[in-house]
Amino acid sequence: MTLLSAPVEYVPTGRLRISDVPRLTRRHPLVSAGSGLLALLIILALAAPLCAGDPVNMDPFKRLQPPSAEMWFGSDNLGRDVFARTIFGARISLMVGLLSAASAAFAGLLIGVIAGYSRSFDNVVMRVMDGLMSIPTILLAIALISLTGPGIGILIVAIAIPETPAVARLVRSVVLGVRERPYVEAALCGGARLPKVLWRHILPSTIPPLMVQGATVCANAIMTEAGLSFLGVGVPPEIPSWGNMIASSRLYLAMAPLTIFAPGICLAVTVLAVNLLGDGLRDLFDPRAKRRR
Amino acid sequence: MNGPLLKVENLTKHYPLGSGIFKKSIPVIRAVEDVSFSVEAGETLCIVGESGCGKSTVARLLMRLVQPTSGRVMIDGTDIAGLKKDALHAWRRRMQMVFQDPYSSLNPRLTAGQIIAEPVENFERLSRKQRQALAADLLRKVGMSPEMMHRLPSELSGGQRQRLGIARALSLNPSLIIADEAVSALDVSVQAQILNLLLDLQLQMGIAFVFISHDLGVVEHIAHRVAVMYLGRIVELAPSEALFAKPVHPYTEALIAAAPVPDPTRIRLEAPVEGEVPSPINPPSGCAFHPRCPLAVERCRIDVPPLVPMPDGRVVACHVRAPATDIPGRLAEAGDCPLYPVAMSETLSARASRVHR
Amino acid sequence: MQLHQIAGNDLLLDVRNLETHFYGEDSVTRALGGISFQVKKGETLGVVGESGCGKSVTALSILRLLPKLTARTVGGQVRFHGRDLLELSDREMRKIRGDQIAMIFQEPMTSLNPVYTVGHQIAEAVQIHAKASRSVAMEKAEEMLRLVRIADPERRVNNYPHEMSGGMRQRAMIAMALACSPELLIADEPTTALDVTIQAQILRLIVDLKERTGTAVMFITHDLGVVAETCQRVIVMYAGQIVEQANVIDLFARPAHPYTQGLMRSVPDRRRGRQPRLPEIPGIVPSLREPIFGCSFAPRCPFVIDICREKTPVLRDVGSSHAAACWRAEEVMGA
Repeated sequence: MTLLSAPVEYVPTGRLRISDVPRLTRRHPLVSAGSGLLALLIILALAAPLCAGDPVNMDPFKRLQPPSAEMWFGSDNLGRDVFARTIFGARISLMVGLLSAASAAFAGLLIGVIAGYSRSFDNVVMRVMDGLMSIPTILLAIALISLTGPGIGILIVAIAIPETPAVARLVRSVVLGVRERPYVEAALCGGARLPKVLWRHILPSTIPPLMVQGATVCANAIMTEAGLSFLGVGVPPEIPSWGNMIASSRLYLAMAPLTIFAPGICLAVTVLAVNLLGDGLRDLFDPRAKRRR
Repeated sequence: MNGPLLKVENLTKHYPLGSGIFKKSIPVIRAVEDVSFSVEAGETLCIVGESGCGKSTVARLLMRLVQPTSGRVMIDGTDIAGLKKDALHAWRRRMQMVFQDPYSSLNPRLTAGQIIAEPVENFERLSRKQRQALAADLLRKVGMSPEMMHRLPSELSGGQRQRLGIARALSLNPSLIIADEAVSALDVSVQAQILNLLLDLQLQMGIAFVFISHDLGVVEHIAHRVAVMYLGRIVELAPSEALFAKPVHPYTEALIAAAPVPDPTRIRLEAPVEGEVPSPINPPSGCAFHPRCPLAVERCRIDVPPLVPMPDGRVVACHVRAPATDIPGRLAEAGDCPLYPVAMSETLSARASRVHR
Repeated sequence: MQLHQIAGNDLLLDVRNLETHFYGEDSVTRALGGISFQVKKGETLGVVGESGCGKSVTALSILRLLPKLTARTVGGQVRFHGRDLLELSDREMRKIRGDQIAMIFQEPMTSLNPVYTVGHQIAEAVQIHAKASRSVAMEKAEEMLRLVRIADPERRVNNYPHEMSGGMRQRAMIAMALACSPELLIADEPTTALDVTIQAQILRLIVDLKERTGTAVMFITHDLGVVAETCQRVIVMYAGQIVEQANVIDLFARPAHPYTQGLMRSVPDRRRGRQPRLPEIPGIVPSLREPIFGCSFAPRCPFVIDICREKTPVLRDVGSSHAAACWRAEEVMGA
């Protein structure tokens, strides 16, 4: 009767079938483009040992070579294969991005759900989250790495910590909204215990916004990792990563531009793919956001 | 077991407004105040009243979705208001609830079969086969085809969804179903289908209903007894026929007179009651209805009227029409002078001329 | 169509073959399938039907307030004082909406601006309409609040919408709608969200004001009781079509369409005495996304015969001011 709709929660309108895929691709080009691009990058990264040469082998006689059949993107200042390094660099970027996003999402989900259900926990932990949010990522990373020494694990932790509060907040607000829904009350009336209510009725509602937020975290993480590596406090220099490559090649920009452009462009494309996917997912889950544009 | 199935004694719920760290006294919303009633097995008790009268809070208190401030809720003589979670779990089977909104009360991500089998799965493990058999059986009971069990709620119509809500409530074979405005969100033709279903189920399975509604037409159709609530208190509780034939409390009378009747030959002279329902945060002193009541006397402003039993089995809280003393004879007197007369028959021609003007 | 054509002078609104479609991602919903009706000056016309029957869409189509991206009026005319509203420019239409046709909605909060006082909003409407000064407009606003019987209007003009109760907000909405003395007031379920005692007050108010100001009212509701108490003529809608049209007394005395009849019988009514079961209309409303052959009510109709499934019945006269779209209307009236 009314044309106004209630606050939107993503509601599936049917089960997904394989035959739906072409139609969905047409309807949601952003998701398709983003996920396609990302899938391609992941396949390349996984298949790196098969399609690229040795990324660490130095050859002092082939420094700063132009592209050739042997080395498609030429070589860097130590004579290493830029193509191979770029492909192997994708592994680092994607791993840091995805693992940071996954850890932030997991921690945020856990904290958010408990905060949404326990008032005392909420009061204490959300204030701590506010505090964490005010720490700049780069400073935290530098501090942590100076304590433990460089490494990928500590880098992921350093990136995930400041991203967690935003996720926790998001999850908490979803939980607070959903727990008041009549179907949750109905489950309680039916004798469901709290863990089951959480698992079956509340968690699924947090997944769509979590995926959107996760994509943002992932894109941020990839950028941060590159930034930290560029500053020399990220991935250890012996591991090929895009940030390291850009850092070590910045003096040779004029002589061998590909040494910088190859990792730079890959970095941009990866972040673009993740962001496209994130935007697309948001449109998919909240059709109103799409209409507004 | 003898005695009523459900007995509610002095049930009270106050919601504090904000937390009181810095304030000495916290204002409270007096949602439900000193409510007592009982429900026999197989009976339908309707609770009527306008928004904010506390009728939905009563439903939530009965289901223990909220904790009462004080009072007792007894099922078969056991007080469940004070039970801890684990002890309460077992009692959930006796009492189930049907919700108002057939859209938001079903989890949009689960299929019909999963939704209606869930309560049983909270108590026992079901194999896939058992669950399907159970779902099919329940769907048949509420007049739906078993194939529907694989549908999502979004693939069903409003009436079908409400049937699912009823099937879910039936799954545990409860003795009592609390229906909070269970047909209010439905179109009239569907509403009739659902009301008939509820009546059929009551006949077949002997389920008692606490049926909460603001629609007096629906209430009159299904109720055995009716409790009228105003601002958190029961003001009149009577057998349905008696209540509709001869309302005693002025508020009950106003409520009945205000309900629109699908009869164009009837002309309402005045709106039956002026003013609006006061805030439950700061309710009027004495009888909460006195600021709107045409019968109010000095005493109504001072004393809260007690519920006084009348000769015909009803209880009424009104100083004027049911004074605590001198009960005999008052009822007849009260019935003779309806407060809100409705002009009938002789105005038919007047209305007709107005229509054709 | 020559149904009870109203003489030119009396005619206020003349809707002809109005057809509105809603566009989904891969479907078209025919929300209005070409409806025609008229509103006389000063009358109260009730539009009844269940959700999805197109009664609100009718109002929005007339006022051209449909959501632009998803809906479009694809055919027909809406003649108001002889001018087709569907042909006007957006600017002319805005003027009509403010001045000559006003609308009130089910939930007044959606049409009252929460950041301005009620008095300010009414005064603004007055200023646009009458080119009055600010202070005169504020006085008028106060007067309007008094007219809709809001207690203590001097104080209430300075209230924000959230400081008022639902009933009072609906009164303020009515005051705002009537501030420009419109010739037609479209009320879309104005009392559905209100309690019965408040509903009775608001209905009384609308009837009184209508009699005092001579404004024609198009009253959209799902509640037959409300129609019986307020309207003179009634249109019954089902699945985007008008299925019956009559003056209120004839309609309730002898409904001529099986849907109207079913609707009336499925409402619990004490005057029929206590029935063990309510007569129900079986089945559900058809989807308007698929084409409907024959009468749209045929699958649920107790009177159905072969012709109903093949040929769509059109509205035809069954009495002096009574029309129904049913092949067996005479038999239905007798039943």
